[in-house]
Amino acid sequence: MQTKDRYIQQFDETQEMALTTKNLHIYYGDFEAISEADLQIPRFKITALIGASGSGKSTFLRSLNRMNDNVADVKGEIWYRDLNLNSKEIDVYAMRRQIGMVFQRPNPFPKSIYENITFALERHGITDKKELAERVETSLKQAALWEEVKDKLNQSALALSGGQAQRLCIARAIALQPDILLLDEPASALDPISTAQLEETLVNLKQHYTIVIVTHNLPQAARISDYTAHFSQGKVIEFNNTKETFTDPKVKLTNDYISGDFG
Amino acid sequence: MNAKRYDKLATGLLYTIAGIVVLILLLLLGFIIIRGLPQLSWSFLTTPSRAFTAGGGIGIQLFNSIYLLILTMLISMPIALGASIYLNEYAKPGKVTSIIRTMIEILSSLPSVVVGLFGFLLFVVQFGLSFSILSGALALTVFNLPLLTRSIEDALKSISNDQRNGGLALGISKWETVTKIILPAAVPSIVSGLILSAGRVFGEAAALIYTAGQSAPALNFANWNPFDIDSPLNPMRPAETLAVHIWKINSEGIMPDSSAVSAGAAAVLIIVVLIFNLLARWIGRLLFKRLTAGS
Ligand SMILES: Nc1ncnc2c1ncn2[C@@H]1O[C@H](COP(=O)(O)OP(=O)(O)O)[C@@H](O)[C@H]1O
Ligand SMILES: [Mg+2]
Repeated sequence: MQTKDRYIQQFDETQEMALTTKNLHIYYGDFEAISEADLQIPRFKITALIGASGSGKSTFLRSLNRMNDNVADVKGEIWYRDLNLNSKEIDVYAMRRQIGMVFQRPNPFPKSIYENITFALERHGITDKKELAERVETSLKQAALWEEVKDKLNQSALALSGGQAQRLCIARAIALQPDILLLDEPASALDPISTAQLEETLVNLKQHYTIVIVTHNLPQAARISDYTAHFSQGKVIEFNNTKETFTDPKVKLTNDYISGDFG
Repeated sequence: MNAKRYDKLATGLLYTIAGIVVLILLLLLGFIIIRGLPQLSWSFLTTPSRAFTAGGGIGIQLFNSIYLLILTMLISMPIALGASIYLNEYAKPGKVTSIIRTMIEILSSLPSVVVGLFGFLLFVVQFGLSFSILSGALALTVFNLPLLTRSIEDALKSISNDQRNGGLALGISKWETVTKIILPAAVPSIVSGLILSAGRVFGEAAALIYTAGQSAPALNFANWNPFDIDSPLNPMRPAETLAVHIWKINSEGIMPDSSAVSAGAAAVLIIVVLIFNLLARWIGRLLFKRLTAGS
């Protein structure tokens, strides 16, 4: 039944939320890139953001941990626990420790694999050698990279393959033990095998983390996510659990998008 | 004419032009080195020059050039580093930034003679530093700063923004992202730029004639107290450099072997500059391997 212009699933009060956006408007100069994106992102779930190129997915995602500071003008509220992240008082550096981000192109630092992970930990005051070693091991295991790199932790991270490098970036982010992981098309630069490994990693991670992932790959969204938000021209026009979004979309544009009918 | 022939012709033309450039360079280097090489000997490189009799060396001038180079680099490196970090990482596009950039551009296009005269008026006369290593180093800093800033800025610019985002997304402050991620990643090309500009500074004459002076008083290489007048380290003594020496013997040298001394000195200058260039490539590559391979 595709009768609505807009369908946003509402949660009952028992569902715990990781992030809630309210009255969000995001501008690049005069251009309003996000005009209607009030979303509730449930905790310990994977939420996929889908939609055509330029519909505002990255803009929305980057605002969630304030990576748009100095780039875009973000109006509205972003609630994390009882904090409005989009306010002046927020210490963005401490906040980003809780809300990590992984980018489209793998961006390991030109340091060793080990240092890629310990670098941010040390900056955040964790200097105990034993604790650092433990965090490196745990995060690499969670990112499903440990077996491949455990014998070459001191080698350059630049020598890793694209898929390995991306998993290292995930390990680097989760070593900080954040609450939420934001990923912007993390598999778009990877081959199919690496992509499958990455997906498996993400599904395992959701026991401990809330994951928000932008993806162009619709089967991927269908495979790994619990909820799906469909962006179109700066608005979320459909938000529902993933199964229903893909089998019974409520909005015609969503149906067109997932069936590849852009006419 | 068909595309294939046209392509062949164009490629041929480009090869010829490139060949001519290489040929000119080789002729120049060959001429200077072949003429100068027979003059080179350990004593030529280490003994003081003589004004009226044959058999003088270039020892003091060589030392002066190196000392002046080190001082110049010590002064200009921190300033250029700060300026380029500010310009590339912090400055917001706008009036102020574009004015700064324009000024750097103008500064870098000033002829070195003009820089030398400016240095003479400001450092030598106004600041009362007289003809001295310090005056020379300050003038060379003015001469070197714009290009060094530019080359460090280019090195920083070549580091992908993904790296900056990566640092910020891990909750690392901007300053630490710049100093601990971006800067180390840029070190290889910064070092290359540094060495190349060292070559330029080493060969500079015009900026020094009226700042570091044209005389090379005798030095006592056993006295390393920088406050003594005959100490090599004294920054307040006049110091003719190798490049200035070449200019001077060619314009007013009256020693009987002046052309031989000049040829030898020119060869040394060229060889040192060449070594700087090769070193720049080699160290840059080595550092890149080192730094990216972890510790
Ligand atoms: N830095 C920017 N400056 C100006 N406009 C931007 C910038 N980034 C994105 N946009 C514009 O905002 C809109 C949304 O972009 P984006 O969020 O990247 O879309 P998506 O990730 O869904 O492809 C597009 O029209 C894009 O051109
Ligand atoms: Mg995007």
